[in-house]
Amino acid sequence: MQAVVERSSAEKNVYVEGFKALEAEGLAESEALRSLRRRAIEGFEALGFPTPKMERWRNTNVSRIAKAQFRAAERPGEVRRESLAPHVYDGTGRMVFVDGFFVPELSTPLKLPAGVLATNLVEAKKLHGGLVESHLGHHVDFEDQAFAALNTALHRDGFFLYVPKNAVVEEPIHLLFLGTTPETAAYPRNLLVLEDNSQATIIESYVGLTEEAYLTCPVTEVSLGVNAVLDHYKVQRESLAAFHIAVQQSWQDRDSALRSHSISIGGALVRNDLNGYLDGEGVSCTLNGLYLVDGKQHVDNHMRMDHAKPNGYSHELYKGVLNGSGRAVFNGLIHVHEDAQKTDAVQSNRNLLLSKNALAHSNPQLEIFADDVRCTHGSTIGQLDDDAIFYLRSRGIGEEAARSLLTYAFASDIVERIKVESLRQDLEEYLFTRLPRGEVVRQAV
Amino acid sequence: MSILEIKNLRASVEEKEILKGISLTVKAGEVHAIMGPNGSGKSTLAQVLAGREEYKVTGGKVLYRGKDLLELGPEERAREGVFMAFQYPVEIPGVSNTYFLKAALNAIRKHRGEKEVDAVEFLKLVREKMKLVKMDETLLRRPVNEGFSGGEKKRNEIFHMAVLEPILGVLDETDSGLDIDALKIVAEGVNSLRDQNRAFVVITHYQRLLDYIIPDFVHVLVEGRIVRSGGKELALELEEKGYSWLEEEASALATA
Ligand SMILES: Nc1ncnc2c1ncn2[C@@H]1O[C@H](COP(=O)(O)OP(=O)(O)OP(=O)(O)O)[C@@H](O)[C@H]1O
Ligand SMILES: [Mg+2]
Repeated sequence: MQAVVERSSAEKNVYVEGFKALEAEGLAESEALRSLRRRAIEGFEALGFPTPKMERWRNTNVSRIAKAQFRAAERPGEVRRESLAPHVYDGTGRMVFVDGFFVPELSTPLKLPAGVLATNLVEAKKLHGGLVESHLGHHVDFEDQAFAALNTALHRDGFFLYVPKNAVVEEPIHLLFLGTTPETAAYPRNLLVLEDNSQATIIESYVGLTEEAYLTCPVTEVSLGVNAVLDHYKVQRESLAAFHIAVQQSWQDRDSALRSHSISIGGALVRNDLNGYLDGEGVSCTLNGLYLVDGKQHVDNHMRMDHAKPNGYSHELYKGVLNGSGRAVFNGLIHVHEDAQKTDAVQSNRNLLLSKNALAHSNPQLEIFADDVRCTHGSTIGQLDDDAIFYLRSRGIGEEAARSLLTYAFASDIVERIKVESLRQDLEEYLFTRLPRGEVVRQAV
Repeated sequence: MSILEIKNLRASVEEKEILKGISLTVKAGEVHAIMGPNGSGKSTLAQVLAGREEYKVTGGKVLYRGKDLLELGPEERAREGVFMAFQYPVEIPGVSNTYFLKAALNAIRKHRGEKEVDAVEFLKLVREKMKLVKMDETLLRRPVNEGFSGGEKKRNEIFHMAVLEPILGVLDETDSGLDIDALKIVAEGVNSLRDQNRAFVVITHYQRLLDYIIPDFVHVLVEGRIVRSGGKELALELEEKGYSWLEEEASALATA
């Protein structure tokens, strides 16, 4: 027992040391922000890394991350402009972060209407300290989420967006987070604040430029004012050896709409915590997700929707394609508070198993304390339909192509919902190249 | 030339013998009708011809244009020109009717060494064939058969057949559940393809269809055997007398 305790504190020490090193750098931050970091590292010390004994981590074991003891990179790795080409999207403004550092030389100017603030977080803390202080760490719960605590304590940079009342940011903003240095950890921290009646589109993409292991541990906080609209896309394409443990927390005021799309392709061990707090009447929240796992990949999507006020709408559809010995976990909780009458909540998780050794855990849950609501949930875990395969074959389509066509149809149902054309096409193209006989599918569709 | 030669074919499903020795020769240009009571093995015969693996062939052979058909996978049969219109067409969520048909047509063309069709040519072809089966254009964009009415599914099968232009068409009760207008459309689909190089095997319960698709031969299948063959008059006789007299003959034959 003693040995176990010692090891787990040794595992924590690397991160506590990391915090001390960061403090010693003398970050140009207000006392309020520094005290936030201190509270967070204390929170992390108290929590430690989650273990499979905890209900929320029952099916996802992060001991490999704890043991690996990744330290934050000291500087961003070298990235040539040409190597960005496969990872950028036309028609978007771009902010590039390498190993947790903002790299202006790789970024492009953003097209922003008057009054909109969009910078890296370090800059925002200097220029708009008050705004940052009034939101950063206010939405996400780092007292109870170890990785959110780590990020809050150790983040170096990230993205800050402030859209004032009635402003509309037309051009999508693409945040590209690159992992390039083996055995390091990055803690990107994003804060998206949209005031009343405003609108924006954000793409967060995470890409590995190394084949080796590293850790990305991002936190994104979202605050939507009355009637604000955010289209949020997250594309996770880390290296196949990487760890990606992310927390997203949104808070929504009356009549606001969040449309979230999460595509998870890369990573060895991936966990997405997606929490939404619907804190006004008539709030809508749409969560679409697609995950593809193969080999020994493991992806876990954990979501919690809190319906706190009446007439809220939340629709979740997460689909997964599992191949090889891939593992997927889906855990969705819809919590309807006593006051949240007329809540309309739908939660659905569908898993397509392409191999015998793939395994999916699906656990949609409802906790309802209001009496007049419409809430449904469902999950399926199944294989391709033999009758459908035979039907396709009997019309001349080869077996492999038939399987790919059906798999594509299953997955593209989510990809088609993406409104940013360049991103949608990129993902469609990705599916064509990943599926066997993808050229048949490409020609057909 | 024979398009199809079935010789003493035996087939089982789940260890149960369904086809108990069927022989049938279909020559180019001919239409053969197969009739018979429920459960007599008509669909089993069609599925065996299409290559469904659940149906195990336990004896006999099937030659298609002189080649062993049973050696080919279902997709190879289709590419060689065999088309099966299913009694119960499958719904395929997420795959649009057009995408599906384009993939099928291109697979067949590729096999024949022909160039794949481009989007414009394909649309032109599809429009033309749609008119033939009087199908609503919205059914093209919808996922294959999903939410189609029974009649729409059957018509969609004929539409696929019209686009793919098979050499051998096997229609399994494509007329069941259709009103007279839809039935005429199905018949029109077959008749428009009918020529000296093609052949059709039409499975039906109703003599009515055969007023519109005039068969050269009618065969009666009872308990896995063809118990009677004749010209189109045989269908009329069956309409009048039912199957019981043939079923009695068949059981006498089986016990003999
Ligand atoms: N997949 C299957 N599994 C088990 N039994 C089957 C299967 N398919 C057919 N059978 C059995 O084989 C026999 C013949 O069925 P088949 O569908 O060929 O008859 P049919 O002549 O087409 O009948 P119908 O006129 O009702 O369409 C029936 O007893 C049926 O129950
Ligand atoms: Mg039948």
